[in-house]
Amino acid sequence: MGVMKRMSGILQAKTNKLLDKAEDPRESLDLSYQKQLESLQKVRRSVADVTTAKKRIELQATQLQGQADKLQNQAKAALSQGNEDLAREALSRRAALADQLTDLKTQHDQVSAQEQKLIDTAQKLQTQVDSFRTKKETMKATYTAAEAQTKIGEAVSGISESMSDAGMSMQRAQDKIDGMQARAGAMDELLASGALTDLTNPVDDIQAQLNKAGTTSQVDAELAALKAEVGAGTPPAPELGAAEATSAEETPS
Amino acid sequence: MIVRILGEGQYTVPEDQRAALAKLDDAIAEAVDHGDEDRFAEALAALTAEVRSSGEALADDNFAPSDLVVPFSDATLDETKALLADHGESTGSDDH
Repeated sequence: MGVMKRMSGILQAKTNKLLDKAEDPRESLDLSYQKQLESLQKVRRSVADVTTAKKRIELQATQLQGQADKLQNQAKAALSQGNEDLAREALSRRAALADQLTDLKTQHDQVSAQEQKLIDTAQKLQTQVDSFRTKKETMKATYTAAEAQTKIGEAVSGISESMSDAGMSMQRAQDKIDGMQARAGAMDELLASGALTDLTNPVDDIQAQLNKAGTTSQVDAELAALKAEVGAGTPPAPELGAAEATSAEETPS
Repeated sequence: MIVRILGEGQYTVPEDQRAALAKLDDAIAEAVDHGDEDRFAEALAALTAEVRSSGEALADDNFAPSDLVVPFSDATLDETKALLADHGESTGSDDH
């Protein structure tokens, strides 16, 4: 049994580290119970860490999704203004964001899986701790028998093995989350630096062009309305200008 | 015998399954030695499936130590290699 025996040895080594070799088996029961409680707390803290990591990814995804939606709307607005190039630009930027969103979703799935595993681990450990608490008292009461002594030893190494397993599961989840935290940090920086938000910022170039096109058509409309109001009247400006120029020439120096 | 799948729990597996498990275990060891990721995943899936189907899950309030330990069911080859290497006391010198 190559790998399984070696794995067993590895787990045993971790378990031995957990176990202080108490002289009195009864002491080892209490000590082991203390370690279980600590172990359970650690797993719970780890669950909280993973949940935080998950929320962070959700927040980033929401931000990115909002930006993608905005670009989609900008593309529509550009098209309705008949500016196909601008619509294309908005859509291609949206595609870039979509890639990042897909990546975030993958990360989210992975973090959720880790979270669920840790929750299961915590639940399992909780059941064991509860059960061990009552069992250890029974064992202490029957300790005088030689058989009980062996059983205590077994129970203590058995429960410690479970703790080692929980510890390994936790470490594993932590390692996975650490890698994602680094990426999430990079994404936060990217979002904060404006490299992503600039694309959809209210004063971004696409919006500026849309606004400009909107303003131009509004000015054209107002101008047309004014023209209709004034009719075909001759503008007096050239005459005024000529008069001014004349008076300027006449002013003595 | 009692077999633990890391991150999952313990199973009581009938003694007569020992040979079957050993065969599946050898396949994992071979995949690790050859650094074959696909074969490793396949062999690990086969081993965990065998333990789950031929064994009976131990209740969580049972505190028996395990005779054999199976890696995490979704363990990667690299991860398993690293784990085995970290604890060099039992690697390499295995006579089987």
